[in-house]
Amino acid sequence: MTTATIVPGAERALKNHVSLGQTVRNSLSMAYRGLLKIKRTPEQLVDVTLQPILFTLMFTYIFGGAIAGDALSYLPFFLPGILVQTVITTSVVTGVQLREDMDKGVFDRFRSLPIARVAPLAGALLADTVRYGIATTLTFVTGYLMGFRPEAGFGGVLAASVVVIVAAWALSWIFAFFGVIARSAGSVQGISFLVLFPLTFLSNAYVPADTMPDWLQWFVGINPVSHLVTAARGLTMGTDVTGDLFATLLGAAIVVAVFAPLTVRAYMRKA
Amino acid sequence: MNLTDSTWAIEADGLVKTFGANRAVDGVDLRVAAGTVYGVLGPNGAGKTTTISMLATLLRPDAGTGRIFGHDVVKEPQIVRQLIGVTGQYASVDETLSATENLVLFSRLLGLGRAEAKRKAAELLEEFGLTDAAKRPLKQFSGGMRRRLDLAASLIAQPPLIFLDEPTTGLDPRTRAQMWDTIRRLVSSGSTVLLTTQYLDEADQLADRIAVIDRGRVAAEGTADELKASVGSSSLQLRLAEPRDLGDAQAAIERVLGVRATASPEAGRLTAPMQDADRVTELLITLREAGIHLTELSVQKPTLDEVFLTLTGHGVESDDSDDDASAEPQLEGSRA
Repeated sequence: MTTATIVPGAERALKNHVSLGQTVRNSLSMAYRGLLKIKRTPEQLVDVTLQPILFTLMFTYIFGGAIAGDALSYLPFFLPGILVQTVITTSVVTGVQLREDMDKGVFDRFRSLPIARVAPLAGALLADTVRYGIATTLTFVTGYLMGFRPEAGFGGVLAASVVVIVAAWALSWIFAFFGVIARSAGSVQGISFLVLFPLTFLSNAYVPADTMPDWLQWFVGINPVSHLVTAARGLTMGTDVTGDLFATLLGAAIVVAVFAPLTVRAYMRKA
Repeated sequence: MNLTDSTWAIEADGLVKTFGANRAVDGVDLRVAAGTVYGVLGPNGAGKTTTISMLATLLRPDAGTGRIFGHDVVKEPQIVRQLIGVTGQYASVDETLSATENLVLFSRLLGLGRAEAKRKAAELLEEFGLTDAAKRPLKQFSGGMRRRLDLAASLIAQPPLIFLDEPTTGLDPRTRAQMWDTIRRLVSSGSTVLLTTQYLDEADQLADRIAVIDRGRVAAEGTADELKASVGSSSLQLRLAEPRDLGDAQAAIERVLGVRATASPEAGRLTAPMQDADRVTELLITLREAGIHLTELSVQKPTLDEVFLTLTGHGVESDDSDDDASAEPQLEGSRA
């Protein structure tokens, strides 16, 4: 053994808490692991590559004529909507994959290491923003090829992308929570879509809300996804959406503040 | 910290863990001196893995206390984690990553810099004979290679205490011998090792002291020799030329030595506890007179198999519980 001497347990300087700096470093190391995993198993990217293209094409041509007269005029309204829908759907996969990952033996080692408890979760979620980035890019590229020319130009598109990715990352904590408490990956998907469908469909992502009944308009109005869609729409069109933007980011912050500690606690209890 | 705290690597008092109605660990006491190899021996489902999980802060004990180098596993888990390395029964490395990537990741998590982590990974791979396979995905690794990588990952931080949970279960004899060498080298570098095993010879070969654990309790504790001595001084083993003489031979042993010999019919073999070696002469004469021929005769110290049987009142049985469950093929404790 090259390790000639081992420092005896009694002679080591030890601390029972993890500093914020170490927490960030550990999370980044775990994010690096997530990226390596994506590199190794590119087939996991099918959902973020095919789905945005398929959804954008499909829904534009199905709804476009009926709602806006023709597909092209529907695009500026619809593209931010489908973007939000696609990226949030992708964040469900985060929970599913986390469940699968946690069933592996390597998580036992993570738990036995002197690292921040939140790191394996935060790292996995952080790495998944790459997936959201891919989905976002492909949605916009598909839209562009179909004739989508946003008024606010590239800057607006970039700003909208960042907002959507941040919101999806925040939401992914909810699905991560399901991932930690659920018994199997399949049930994570089940519960998550139960939450996801009302949130994304009962919003202004596909159609303007003014034709809906009053009670539904009320829900669409308070639905955070609507604020997100409005914000993304405004950013690409160059209109002022400060209020919605603020509501979105506040909502995202609240979701993280509630679900990140819940998830970590559930994860620790499982440990 | 006082002196008594630092002399013990592990102090466990009355550890209990219950899963539903099953008391997987039912009051385990352990004292492991620093710098020694301690074997925890028991069949599947005896509570070995659960005990390790509690001592390694992976499971919270329902009752009792555990201290690692004087640090409580419940109150100071983060300190305990800095003192231990855990190698699980089922390799706890990342299947999707290569060997190098695994070791670099764990090194980074343990606070090593980028370059330092790469150097450490290369060093450990070299040491464990995995350099050639360093870049290959783990899916192509054999069981033995995976275990070695797993052990390498546990050694990054050079922890003073290493838990090895059934390090050789499911390995072929050659790979097992390599693993034993690795463990011996590890101990010579100053680590304390707590090793669980269901192979009796493994505990005999490697451990300074052994705790025999059965149904969540420590059934006996001591050095291998002490445990063997507690059963009887030695045992007589006979192999008969004609297996059908088994009954007659058994009767003769009972008459001359006054003990019951246990038979394993498939090979015509008899084992009998023996207090007085002188009486064997009489037995041999009796057997010759009865026309019973022997092909083999030996006097041996009792094996740990026999120790286990005597201590627990039942043989090494294979009952699956959530503790050591998962369908690892039950290899017989092949004696070296």
